[in-house]
Amino acid sequence: MRAGFVFSEVLTGLRRNVTMTIAMILTTAISLGLLGFGLIVAKLTDETRTLYGDKVQVQVYLTVDQSRSDPDCTGAVCQGLLEDLRGNPDVASVSYESQEAAYQRYLRTFASQPEMIAIVRKEALSATFRVSLVDPQRFRVISQDFTGKPGVLSVDDQSEVLDKVFSLLNSVRNVAITIALIQAFAAVLLISNMVQVAALSRRTETSIMRLVGASRWRTQLPFMIEAVFAGLVGVALAILGLVVAKLTFVDKIFGSIISTGLLPPIDGTYLVFASYWLIPIGIVLSGAAAYATLRAYVRL
Amino acid sequence: MIHLSHVSKSYKTSTRPALDDVTVHVEKGEFAFLIGPSGSGKSTVLRLLLREEAPTGGRIEVAGRDLGRLRRSKVPQHRRRLGCVFQDFRLLTNKTVEQNVGFALEVIGRPRGAIRTIVPEVLELVGLEGKARRLPHELSGGEQQRVAIARAFVNRPLLLLADEPTGNLDPDTSADIMLLLERINRTGTTVLMATHDNTIVDSMRRRVIELQLGRVVRDEARGVYGVGR
Repeated sequence: MRAGFVFSEVLTGLRRNVTMTIAMILTTAISLGLLGFGLIVAKLTDETRTLYGDKVQVQVYLTVDQSRSDPDCTGAVCQGLLEDLRGNPDVASVSYESQEAAYQRYLRTFASQPEMIAIVRKEALSATFRVSLVDPQRFRVISQDFTGKPGVLSVDDQSEVLDKVFSLLNSVRNVAITIALIQAFAAVLLISNMVQVAALSRRTETSIMRLVGASRWRTQLPFMIEAVFAGLVGVALAILGLVVAKLTFVDKIFGSIISTGLLPPIDGTYLVFASYWLIPIGIVLSGAAAYATLRAYVRL
Repeated sequence: MIHLSHVSKSYKTSTRPALDDVTVHVEKGEFAFLIGPSGSGKSTVLRLLLREEAPTGGRIEVAGRDLGRLRRSKVPQHRRRLGCVFQDFRLLTNKTVEQNVGFALEVIGRPRGAIRTIVPEVLELVGLEGKARRLPHELSGGEQQRVAIARAFVNRPLLLLADEPTGNLDPDTSADIMLLLERINRTGTTVLMATHDNTIVDSMRRRVIELQLGRVVRDEARGVYGVGR
């Protein structure tokens, strides 16, 4: 069987069936584009978690009385807390910030906003233990152990805020993937329909092939190549769409957030990662849909 | 070449069997007509021989191969030893004469060099030399049927099955087609032809197998179509 002969059959088939092919390509492109978007958001979530994981600290605030009476943390209560923290296997490191240091930091932070400085007195601020954890997700264990201990005002953690960010990112990803799955289902139906129409419009060819003893595989091959070709064009459009979206949309809107370090940089590796999955998914999706349709509906 | 032993075929949609205990043997190199009114089972016999369908009962052997034991994957190889011609020609309208004939070789994977050699030879055999580049709509009905016969014969089948090959042709053209089928038969190819055409059957005086309501009612070595039909 010559490749050129099969290829010319495929081209003829695509030309004859052009409107259906275009519909299928566009639906595949949209569904795979959304899937790619979902994959990128998933990767972004993971990398954001890693980015923040190192920075997350638990803050153990001391009571105002404790902060004022023992500014250098030399008393028994403060030393006891410090030793407990250092002895805890979940804790990677501990640093102590006195009331004075907290006030100085406050002054630095709000140097340009005198009204903020005016409303705070040094005596109202707490001395703080800043605790880095081995596993940031073990925050609650520290919180349970230290909340209510003598000298402790409260235990605070940034991971609660981060959880909200992550759940937002997860929701965006889930919505994108759900829509992608529905679209993929529509794409599979369209591929099936395209193959049925193609087989119907070429039933004279296929009936002759059957009669002269062409193998089933040989008879099906042009239809499957057509479907996979259309699927690959859909994949290419989906990847192109993601590239355009990155250049025109993501870079402009998220550029400033990324430059502040709140989000990891969304670079070309994200597109490579998405393409790495989209190309095989596109090929398998269209090839399998075509094969199943030929087996189920088309007598060859 | 063809051995049907007690073959029956029933369809779910009909209460009467399409074939009922049919036993027929056709030897290698024979030329046989299969006659009978519409619905008598002629086309069913051809479909069973092509293994497009399986019989409900009985045994079918074609060229030494028991079709009942033939695996699905071996059906294409079985069909490569058969050629098939139909009343409606079944040519590919967008392909030229030589492409139509070559198609039968292309799809079974014959090399291009072999196709280039074989196709002109077969076109000459069927009397279509010089018309290789024509499209089917540029040909007469008789010429189109010659293309179909060339396509059926190009793979040098052991057995040629013809289902009403002259049904769409005028008497003179039909006679030409019969001469062509006779020539093919003389190369050693067995020919089984289902037909309604009494003039042809009567003039050829070949073997006649007559079916009625799915049963063989007559099998004569040098028969005619029948009196009063």
